[in-house]
Amino acid sequence: MALLALQSVSKSFHGLRAVSGVSFEVAEGAIVGLIGPNGAGKTTIFNMVAGVYAPDRGEIRFAARRIEGLRPDQVCAAGIGRTFQIVRPFAGLSVLENVVIGALERAAGVPEARRHADEILERLGLAAKRDLPAAALTLPDRKRLEVARALATRPRLLLLDEVMAGLRPTECDQMVAVFREINRREGLTILLIEHVMRAVMALAQDIVVLHHGEVIAHGTPEAVVRDPAVLECYLGEGAEV
Amino acid sequence: MNARAAVLLAVLAVLLLLLPAVANSYVLSVATLILFFAYAGQAWNVMMGFAGQLSLGHSLYVGVGAYAAAGLFFHYGIGPWAGIWVAIALCVALGAAIGFLAFRFGISGVYFALLTIAFAEFTRIGFDHIDWLGGPGGLFLKVAQREALDLANLRGPPAMFYYVMLALTAAAFGLCAWLLRSRAGYYWRAIREDEQAAQALGINTFRWKMLAVVVSSAMTAVAGVFFAFYYNNLFPEQIFHISRSIEIILGPVIGGVGTLFGPVLGAAVLTILADAITEVLAALGVEIPGVKQVFYGVVLLVVVMFLPHGIWPPLARKLGLGERS
Repeated sequence: MALLALQSVSKSFHGLRAVSGVSFEVAEGAIVGLIGPNGAGKTTIFNMVAGVYAPDRGEIRFAARRIEGLRPDQVCAAGIGRTFQIVRPFAGLSVLENVVIGALERAAGVPEARRHADEILERLGLAAKRDLPAAALTLPDRKRLEVARALATRPRLLLLDEVMAGLRPTECDQMVAVFREINRREGLTILLIEHVMRAVMALAQDIVVLHHGEVIAHGTPEAVVRDPAVLECYLGEGAEV
Repeated sequence: MNARAAVLLAVLAVLLLLLPAVANSYVLSVATLILFFAYAGQAWNVMMGFAGQLSLGHSLYVGVGAYAAAGLFFHYGIGPWAGIWVAIALCVALGAAIGFLAFRFGISGVYFALLTIAFAEFTRIGFDHIDWLGGPGGLFLKVAQREALDLANLRGPPAMFYYVMLALTAAAFGLCAWLLRSRAGYYWRAIREDEQAAQALGINTFRWKMLAVVVSSAMTAVAGVFFAFYYNNLFPEQIFHISRSIEIILGPVIGGVGTLFGPVLGAAVLTILADAITEVLAALGVEIPGVKQVFYGVVLLVVVMFLPHGIWPPLARKLGLGERS
């Protein structure tokens, strides 16, 4: 049963077609990668799922419910958490406060949210930095905080927008391990946009490739990297591996 | 709040409670003015300091609150403690209307500030034409014998006004401390820091911004009621003037926007220094019109340049009190 399903979703900006007729599904408990060259429409798809824009055409279903056109806070309440490609911590607040704000979404009150936030900080290795202002964090820690905050809303589906970009390989592997663990232990479904192939290949069971706003390939990581259409869009015509 | 801060706050409270026993009428009037600006600054701080919505038109709520209670008292003899609810209701309605217009249509930042100025300005002009409230000629409340204490009608000696304002300021401080620790406080600060990220975490930003405006305008309405019964005369030209709005925000800006104690400290520093300068110049026989405004400008410049977060945050760190914004 698909947790998230996009059907013929299209979106144009001032006549430029950013996404055109995109359909794909994300099964409950799956980790799906969304890849493609710059400008392929990946982030636009995320923003439509997350409620930032409504699609011009097409349907988005989450847990069998139509969600296209809902506001971001309603999408979050429905059970979708997201991170931003360019991290957006609440810079003036402490690391803990950042995560408490996310945790309040499903907590009865501040004390409960604090307990939940502490657990998540522990899990993401940020517990020692809980009282620092978020502005003082390094980029890898800010990315962790971004993930922690989204996880704190207790989503069923987590949208990760390039959380590995800018991380060193070892940091990237740590992050991959965290996601694998959460996926295995809690059955959290993940849809990730990623350029770091090391992370995509390690995490995703299923990959959707976008190019010029259209899906050009969809399959297992092994199948997708051999797909001639994928090679062409990344490496140019006539490329072979 | 840590133990040290609690002790200092208790000492301050005791000193403030004992002040009328030792102070002369001049000192008491300055102290009352400080508390008035501390209170109004606290109210403004809920909107700007907590939720990040800049209002440059808070004189609107002071004025409407003042005129509502004064008008009811003047015409029907309805006491301020009943009139205060009418004042609050009117100001909440106005605040909600401004908030709805702005937040529904995505007006934010400087444009939101302009909208708040516009509302205060056209209310000022509108009140010039309300003859029932005296129009441009002003509305005057009868000044009773200053010695007879009549708390029900807010008529009495200066010490009574001082204690009323002290109670209001303490209540506002307590309310803000509680709000900051509640869900509203977390959500407001999230909206202040990054509205889009706040929304992605499930916060209905429209609803929580509206709450900030409603709380702030209700609190400011009460300041207006006090103003009316303390000064006994109201002129649209004065009470709704933009310089009033600026005076309200100077305290928190200089003390520390978004902090609990900043508005109180800022109001004290500004009022005392401004009065001291006026006194010193008067003693020297120099009379410069507008010297207070020039002084406000200079203090603002110095604070913005050297203490961009206000006086209180670095001072709190030095004293080991650790209040963060």
